[in-house]
Amino acid sequence: MADKKKMKLKVNGVWREVETRPDRILLDLLREELGLTGTKKGCEAGECGACTVIMNGRAVLACLVPAAKADGAEIMTIEGLAGKGGLHPLQQAFLEAGAVQCGYCTPGMLLAAKALLDTNPEPSLEDVKRAISGNLCRCTGYTKIVQAVRAAAVIVRAERSGAAGPQDAVKQAKRAAHR
Amino acid sequence: MYWKDYKRPGSVAEALALLEHAAGRGRIIAGGTDLTLQLRQRQSSADLLVDVTGIDGLGGIGEKDGWITIGAAVTHAEAAGNPLVRQAARALAEGCGQVGAPQIRNMATLMGNVISAQPAADAAVPLTALEAEIRVVSTTGERWIPIEEAYLAVGRSAIDASREVATEIRFRKQENGVQTRFFRLAKRKALTLPVLNGAVSILADPTTKRIRRARIALGPVAAKPFRARRSEACLESVEISPELVEEAARIAAEEASPRTSLVRGSAPYRKAMVRLFLARTIGEMLAVG
Repeated sequence: MADKKKMKLKVNGVWREVETRPDRILLDLLREELGLTGTKKGCEAGECGACTVIMNGRAVLACLVPAAKADGAEIMTIEGLAGKGGLHPLQQAFLEAGAVQCGYCTPGMLLAAKALLDTNPEPSLEDVKRAISGNLCRCTGYTKIVQAVRAAAVIVRAERSGAAGPQDAVKQAKRAAHR
Repeated sequence: MYWKDYKRPGSVAEALALLEHAAGRGRIIAGGTDLTLQLRQRQSSADLLVDVTGIDGLGGIGEKDGWITIGAAVTHAEAAGNPLVRQAARALAEGCGQVGAPQIRNMATLMGNVISAQPAADAAVPLTALEAEIRVVSTTGERWIPIEEAYLAVGRSAIDASREVATEIRFRKQENGVQTRFFRLAKRKALTLPVLNGAVSILADPTTKRIRRARIALGPVAAKPFRARRSEACLESVEISPELVEEAARIAAEEASPRTSLVRGSAPYRKAMVRLFLARTIGEMLAVG
């Protein structure tokens, strides 16, 4: 039996030290050692996207990442998405658009969308569809999810530019969502 | 246990030493999207995983002495978005952009796509049309392997990841005027393996109205990415015409030997699709037909 492996990773802004089996995958490390069960275990085979987290700025599937690969990495899970001021615009937009039904795909969807908006704040319809193409949802039919991501993009842009007040941004976003 | 230890060496020499010490029970891992799953599903076994993605010098895409070079740690997402790849080998950028899903493309490497040795690999098929070569380093030295020789059988690479490290992919920078395209037929637009994919590289000479060089790679119609050499020779034989394109596509369908598969369709259907997609792709590239 090989020894447990000591590793350090920054999860949702906080450095955590863990000792874990050398053959852990990141998904189990997050859920079982760190108690972050918001990252969902779906297929465990890289097919469904439910376990999507953001590692060093990129969306990855936690079920396919050996935990040891994440030693020293920066990880964002769904638990880290909402800010001090409340829900992230993506989360708010998902609520308002009715983009959540059973909710199992939602954490992965939100993080796939977050990774998109971080690099492309003005995504086209195609960009959004491609960004969530690795995330399966068996409830919504995706339409409302896509609308929500596009609506959130408007708010994120407005927040970044600081030009429009939050109220204007929300109005604009709602218009965009219904377009 | 699925594996007993995981190391992240800082150099190729260190990676080779780790493999040597593991005496055949070590295995190189890069993105890990195939290998992690195979080990966890017990389709493969190893005691030690040697992660090469942190090794200096295996990371970049560059241009050197007329070659485009792609390091072993380069992911499909990087290659798909890289301006040099997009400009010098559009088919490769297109193929890389179709692998798996964004999350897979962010991890999985082109080198892994080749060494996993699947005949339908969306990066390996264009690399075959580009006549790429793989640099392999072992304790006894280094060698360059033409990509077609990197395949032994479905899922079996000529590169022994328990003893050697593949460090770089390279292909000749294409001459001015060379066009490359990738095509793919699949049941869905995402997260699915192709029923058929292919890459075409063509250099047409407008003065002679002939094709100076044609390269066609297809997958999965054989045990490895398949070069349709008779079809290539046909394209290079006479002046460009719609009939020539049709004839070349017909020959490629004849050369291809797909199996009847419950997942991918019957052999006759898949041959018909080879013909259709090639005629369409080459026709568009030459603006004929």
